[in-house]
Amino acid sequence: MNSIGIWHGIEHVFIEQSLVAAFAVVGGLILVSNYAAKRLTNGRVHGSAIAIVLGLVLAYFGGLYTGGKKGVADIPALAGIGLMGGAMLRDFAIVATAFEVDVIEARRAGLLGVLALALGTILPFIVGTLTAVAFGYHDAVSITTIGAGAITYIVGPVTGAAIGADSTVMALSIATGVTKAVMVMVGTPLVAKLIGLDNPRSAMAYGGLMGTVSGVAGGLAATDPKLVPYGALTATFHTGIGCLVGPSIFFLTVRALVG
Amino acid sequence: MIVFGVALLAACTLIGVYLGDLLGIALGVKANVGGVGIAMILLIAARIWLDRRGKLSNGVKFGVEFWAGMYIPIVVAMAAQQNVVAALTGGPIVIIAAVGSLVLCFGAVALLSRFGGRSHAGAQAAHAGAVIEGEADEIAPRREV
Repeated sequence: MNSIGIWHGIEHVFIEQSLVAAFAVVGGLILVSNYAAKRLTNGRVHGSAIAIVLGLVLAYFGGLYTGGKKGVADIPALAGIGLMGGAMLRDFAIVATAFEVDVIEARRAGLLGVLALALGTILPFIVGTLTAVAFGYHDAVSITTIGAGAITYIVGPVTGAAIGADSTVMALSIATGVTKAVMVMVGTPLVAKLIGLDNPRSAMAYGGLMGTVSGVAGGLAATDPKLVPYGALTATFHTGIGCLVGPSIFFLTVRALVG
Repeated sequence: MIVFGVALLAACTLIGVYLGDLLGIALGVKANVGGVGIAMILLIAARIWLDRRGKLSNGVKFGVEFWAGMYIPIVVAMAAQQNVVAALTGGPIVIIAAVGSLVLCFGAVALLSRFGGRSHAGAQAAHAGAVIEGEADEIAPRREV
């Protein structure tokens, strides 16, 4: 068999065993990241932080290479990454992290979580709408859709679809949410100490404020795994609340303001 | 048995997501409202219930904790399928809106965690961290034969 034949054979196995292949590839990625964390940063940077950034870098090149929207998952041989990191298994694993949550601690931070959820919906929306106005958008529909995108990349299109935004504005709105999620993943470990993100209570505030489940999931994994369930607990309510107020209260408020 | 742990986790997830969908419909929203959060609360309640009745076996624990330990690899896979190209080529409006809300929200976290008071992660939370990191020693203690 020549080298092309061998390559096709490997590719065939990867396509046929897509999820198994994803386990092996991700395991290898984490192995390399842990080694780099230990050797190159002397343990200062968490191995999972490097793995997540590496994943994002690969997603960038995967996106450039295929022209698709799903990073490396659009490459047929790596399609299993799409299943492994998709919403189904992500939510399954997030629920599993709750198994050993300190119930007393979580209950004590309940009110803080609610306050964080409210702020986490209002603040990004205001920033998003002001940015939209600054860039010359004057109609309530576009301003609201872009503002909603700053909440999360799901709230943006859901709101936009509900109030009839055009596709360019929808694309901008989604891109804003995706950019925010990516920045939360990369930025959280960098600012964790500065913002006091080192205990269950602040993790619940963080989850409610950052919202985007993928951002929070990645950000906390890269910072301190024991905080994951607390942040996830509040973050999972964020998108639903955003979808609730985006096309209703927020849209009506913006329409009242810009006419 | 391990499968009971996995099935418990699955049942909690399904019920939670279903209730989240119902909540969404009740509120007139085209989205799931807190389904995963409800599922997490169900799982916590199930653990306490099993623990009290002395039915929290190592198998059940392992079935759930295995998936908690797969959390970080799954997040890495999730990162690898983000639309990073769109994020980096969105232009100034996207960057400004994202960075602006991020800075403001990080600031609010700092503020809330200061006013909310600090809490200490107890032994339970520390063990949970080790499980999620995939490095807990006591995931499945070997039974004497």
